Amino acid sequence: MNMDLSPLWISLKTALSATAVTFVLGVLAAGWRSGRSSRLWELFDGLVLLPLVLPPTVVGFVLLSLFGRTGPLGQILWRAGTILVFSWSATVIAATVVAFPLMYLTARGAFEQIDPGLFDAARTLGATEWEILVGVAIPLAWPGILAGVALAFARAMGEFGATLMFAGNIPGRTETMPVAIYFAIAAGDTRQALLWSGIVLVISLGVLAAMDGWTRYQRRYLARGTRGVVRGGSVARG
Amino acid sequence: MGREASFGGEVSLEVEIEKSFPGFTLQVAFRAGNAPVGILGASGAGKSMTLRAIAGFEPHLRGRIVLDGRVLFDSAAGIHVPSRARKVGLVFQHYALFPHLTVLQNISFGLRRLEPAERARRVAEQMAALHLSGLENQYPGMLSGGQQQRVALARCLVPKPAALLLDEPFSALDTHLRSQLELQVHETLNAYSGVTLLVSHNLEEIYRLCGEIIVLDNGRVVASGPRDEIFRRPPNVVTARLTGCKNFSRARIINPNLVEALDWNCSLRCKEQMQSAIGHVGIRAHHICVTSMPPGVHDASRNEFPCWLVAATEGPFRVTAYLRMHSSTADSSDYHLQVEMPLERWTELQSHSLPWSVRLDPECLIVLPD
Repeated sequence: MNMDLSPLWISLKTALSATAVTFVLGVLAAGWRSGRSSRLWELFDGLVLLPLVLPPTVVGFVLLSLFGRTGPLGQILWRAGTILVFSWSATVIAATVVAFPLMYLTARGAFEQIDPGLFDAARTLGATEWEILVGVAIPLAWPGILAGVALAFARAMGEFGATLMFAGNIPGRTETMPVAIYFAIAAGDTRQALLWSGIVLVISLGVLAAMDGWTRYQRRYLARGTRGVVRGGSVARG
Repeated sequence: MGREASFGGEVSLEVEIEKSFPGFTLQVAFRAGNAPVGILGASGAGKSMTLRAIAGFEPHLRGRIVLDGRVLFDSAAGIHVPSRARKVGLVFQHYALFPHLTVLQNISFGLRRLEPAERARRVAEQMAALHLSGLENQYPGMLSGGQQQRVALARCLVPKPAALLLDEPFSALDTHLRSQLELQVHETLNAYSGVTLLVSHNLEEIYRLCGEIIVLDNGRVVASGPRDEIFRRPPNVVTARLTGCKNFSRARIINPNLVEALDWNCSLRCKEQMQSAIGHVGIRAHHICVTSMPPGVHDASRNEFPCWLVAATEGPFRVTAYLRMHSSTADSSDYHLQVEMPLERWTELQSHSLPWSVRLDPECLIVLPD
């Protein structure tokens, strides 16, 4: 059987890149966000969480309008000599946008589980906010952050609607596995669709197994210091 | 962190802050020197908030905080030194140790910018002083509460802060560990030359550790001064209550040394003179003398009155008796005086029939203006 494996590599490359981007952006945004509250941040939350509730086709359409040749961002890029739409970068952007809320939400939840007294303690000990994020918040939120990474990877890997609208279906360049499955079915090639579905299933199971293993390991790792992790520091006056 | 805090005889903290939000206003002004200052107050009085303001954690503050000549905060001048640069050490009720770091790493946390040899020397010194040597590679979760709080204290002291703020440091510990740790804190505070503030709702802790006391009530300073002064002559009812006085009656002046105790239905001779027309008299539960004197021989001019037992709670060594003067009652909440006595005395008293006799020693009566 002579099968073009490019959708597998494109899917993996896209999902890995999108996960890397969401990891950095999501952890930074969540770290910056946790412990603060203002109307502006609520607006920010609303904007970044939108892709979670919108149909992927709408996300794709919005991206297309923004980055298309006539779109505001697309024009800037076009003047700079680049066209994003229907390129591999577009698959990464589409996957990033839909995966980001999952990373951001899980990381934020993990950060907010940490006793805020620990951050205050670190501040009185001379630590900068950056040192606190890297040295206290991220290590303590690590299991939650990893769960976010796994979710973001799975979501990026499975991305279909926004990718199809924004990156199209160019075999060898933007055709990811979910897109390949759809077009295989559309062309009546059930065998091909079945094969791709099997590969997706194996990868997804692999991710789940890896996540489970990590959680077990992390539980052992955190059991050393459980007494301190629970939210304890009352900040109430008095 | 590289520079050593300069400690001299002149070390001092000046605080004059105000913060208001719906339903509560904190308005606190005080000065602290080298002697440990205890901040006493009921929960919600603003004790922790005051400490957090000094550490730089309270937003929307007004006023001024000066530590050792350095202006940490001045709302009028727009100065707000961030917490990390204040050189203020904070010890929390729940230790706030970093659970992912070892004891050694926790204590070294504040010395990250120091060269390794100097850092190791200072950490080892501080660990020895707090009897923590040997626990270097343990994680906080493996330690007892007392050990955790000692690690927290070491971590806080090792960067040599100019002020040490202790926020209910013993209240998460059980009684035994508590007194042990208290002894060590006592030693540590003696050796420490910065400003110390200790917040607690436990008056005995404050009494044992602090030479000076500030009493907070509903966001305001209602009393401040040397410990003995505050305990012996509390200036108002709130302070008297917070320093452990259990019995109060509204009072009206008859002449400077004689007051009418309205809630106790009697006139009382007081050694101290009443300064206002109306006020309160109070007496501590262990200052009340109960005897089995037979009825008819009471001398009201010696503040002696017949009394009936209303209720009692027996502890292993001490008994709290609730007494009503002048008449008996069946209602267990309708008592005048709460009296504490040793169990032996209580056993002896019970062999006598009621009424007993109660004496409110004029020397022990606390006279409180309104």
